[in-house]
Amino acid sequence: MASAPSKLYSDDVTLVVVLLDTNPFFWSTSSFSFSQFITHVLVFVNAILTMNQLNQVVVIATGYNSCDYIYDSSLASNQSFGNGRMPALCANLLQNLEDFMVKDEQLGKEESEGRITCSLLSGSLSMALCYIQRIFRSGSLHPRPRILCLQGSPDGPEQYVAIMNAIFSAQRSMVPIDSCYIGAQNSAFLQQASYITGGVHHKPQQLDGLFQYLLTIFGTDLHSRNFLQLPKPVGVDFRASCFCHKSTIDMGYICSVCLSIFCKHHKKCSTCGSIFGQAQSDDASATNRKRKTPDL
Amino acid sequence: MKNSDGRRLNGEAEEEDDDEEDMNIEAWERSYAEDRSWEALQEDESGRLRPIDESIISHAQYRRRLRARSLTATTARIQKGLIRYLYIVIDLSRAATEMDFRPSRMAVVARQVGAFIREFFDQNPLSQVGLVTIKDGIAHCLTDLGGSPESHVKALTGKLECSGDSSLQNALDLVHGLLNQIPSYGHREVLILYSALSTCDPGDIMETIQKCKKSKIRCSVIGLSAEMFICKHLCQETGGSYSVALDESHLKELILEHAPPPPAIAEFAIANLIKMGFPQRAAEGSISICSCHKEAKVGVGYTCPRCKARVCDLPTECRICGLQLVSSPHLARSYHHLFPIAPFDEVPPSHLKDLHNRSQSTCFGCQQSLLSPGNKPGLCVACPKCKKYFCLDCDIYIHESLHNCPGCESLRHSNPVATNEE
Ligand SMILES: [Zn+2]
Ligand SMILES: [Zn+2]
Ligand SMILES: [Zn+2]
Ligand SMILES: [Zn+2]
Ligand SMILES: [Zn+2]
Repeated sequence: MASAPSKLYSDDVTLVVVLLDTNPFFWSTSSFSFSQFITHVLVFVNAILTMNQLNQVVVIATGYNSCDYIYDSSLASNQSFGNGRMPALCANLLQNLEDFMVKDEQLGKEESEGRITCSLLSGSLSMALCYIQRIFRSGSLHPRPRILCLQGSPDGPEQYVAIMNAIFSAQRSMVPIDSCYIGAQNSAFLQQASYITGGVHHKPQQLDGLFQYLLTIFGTDLHSRNFLQLPKPVGVDFRASCFCHKSTIDMGYICSVCLSIFCKHHKKCSTCGSIFGQAQSDDASATNRKRKTPDL
Repeated sequence: MKNSDGRRLNGEAEEEDDDEEDMNIEAWERSYAEDRSWEALQEDESGRLRPIDESIISHAQYRRRLRARSLTATTARIQKGLIRYLYIVIDLSRAATEMDFRPSRMAVVARQVGAFIREFFDQNPLSQVGLVTIKDGIAHCLTDLGGSPESHVKALTGKLECSGDSSLQNALDLVHGLLNQIPSYGHREVLILYSALSTCDPGDIMETIQKCKKSKIRCSVIGLSAEMFICKHLCQETGGSYSVALDESHLKELILEHAPPPPAIAEFAIANLIKMGFPQRAAEGSISICSCHKEAKVGVGYTCPRCKARVCDLPTECRICGLQLVSSPHLARSYHHLFPIAPFDEVPPSHLKDLHNRSQSTCFGCQQSLLSPGNKPGLCVACPKCKKYFCLDCDIYIHESLHNCPGCESLRHSNPVATNEE
């Protein structure tokens, strides 16, 4: 294990797991090019590493067919360059990133060419949490971990359950999920992830200044955050995905037995097999329950 | 049912003994007596004392749990009654001041119930809990049925006082009246934490028990002193469970057994589709008039998706259009019950030899090397679906907390939800 027990960790020693969206379908439509994006991220990663000698950064690529680790600052191969840290970081990360993207694309070619727009955020989030658990296991002295999602692709509604599972697991182990969304729409997943885990969600207005956003909002350690005025959430999108069509809905029907969400009325629950009686119209339940509540 | 006095006398005598003992032992002795450090030791084959190896035990326990769970999953998709309406009845009669639990029964019960409530809402997102106390032979409603743990936990940490006798019948009557108002798809349950060894009732308790049975209220009792016939009878009649706690850790275990949803008995509740809305949380710092308090409020609030009215808290029902409003993450907390991930298969050591050649010589989840696992040689597991290798620690974490296979999630077309499509 990389962390020697003799090291004294204080509040401001950080592990940042950066999830990098590499989805080519998004980047080909974005006005901000992928190479510009990577330039900003590299400087940011380097800034984190130089802020404290003990800081650690792990980068996971979120592709559209796969996810993989592309950089880990604690690995010996990444540390050997000593003072020439920046070039080593660049060379390593960029090489792995390129390998990853080539492989990711090949995987896509084998599949029938469907219109894929989302990236596999649930996969990279799950991997990041596994990595962080390993840091927790490494002893009582470990850096304080957090996750930073740099996401541009729209949400993939079919990942809804998996992403929610990951969010709750992060919440239980008190790992904040920060998110920086650079796509055109809003990401309900990332808004919820940051809100539930106590992280920061931000959607930069001017992508040219991405590095400044990254450094000022996501660069500070968790302890220092208490003293900063960080962006407050401009509302949280709590919409869910229905289980039948995987579309995002703000109103729907819920099976009273298993809590599955459906966008329209069904006769039978496809998840648990319960047969539903008559359509319990909302008015009936409303009047039923109203009678009991007015004196509250 | 008048034996409570005798018991109390005994209890007092014991307390005095305890006090004397405390005086006699030295401070250093006392620290050992409280630590019970000898309980963390076990004897090996040759009679030597060794610390209990926690990791091996926990991994074995985990394997057992996993096997049990996959067994139930394969037999059928068991229906679980996930919308539960539970009243927790806490006996605050004289008997609750006894100090066989430290510092007192009352304090221990309050602490454990607080922990239980949090766990309960974690596992039963749409359910509601209310608190009832029994004091001076009368039952009081401490908190109303509600869907968020905070108010209940706060009520429990407030000042609780014990006095007088306990009355099972009064408590059941009160709860019965309250639970009769809930919607038909809800499961009605009562969990009674009973300290006393007697009950002081105004009428025939058997009638009350039959009334509860008729209303399909599942009553469970956890006793803190000794077994009582009437409690056992109540649980048997209504389909609940009865147990008596030996000490605090046992009590904790017994209470937490009530957290996972009990298997729904078809007749107990009617399956239904309930129309619900998932409101958006308003921007922090925005000002609007909420429909529940009819006051202008800054910040926190949710907007009904149908009529756009503002409400302060979730879950609730829209005052304007009557739509049930829930926070969708609240629902999603239970979805891992519905889409469990398959147990991982152990990889035989012979397969591990070609790990060197495989591109994957590290755990797919945490990147830990699988080649030199130290004192547990050659143990790793593989996901039956995506065939990725994982270390044992990740195996536990994935099945116990994450509920996602990182390997399957980082492959397109193998999302667990997608496979469950009709
Ligand atoms: Zn649908
Ligand atoms: Zn269902
Ligand atoms: Zn409304
Ligand atoms: Zn692992
Ligand atoms: Zn898998």
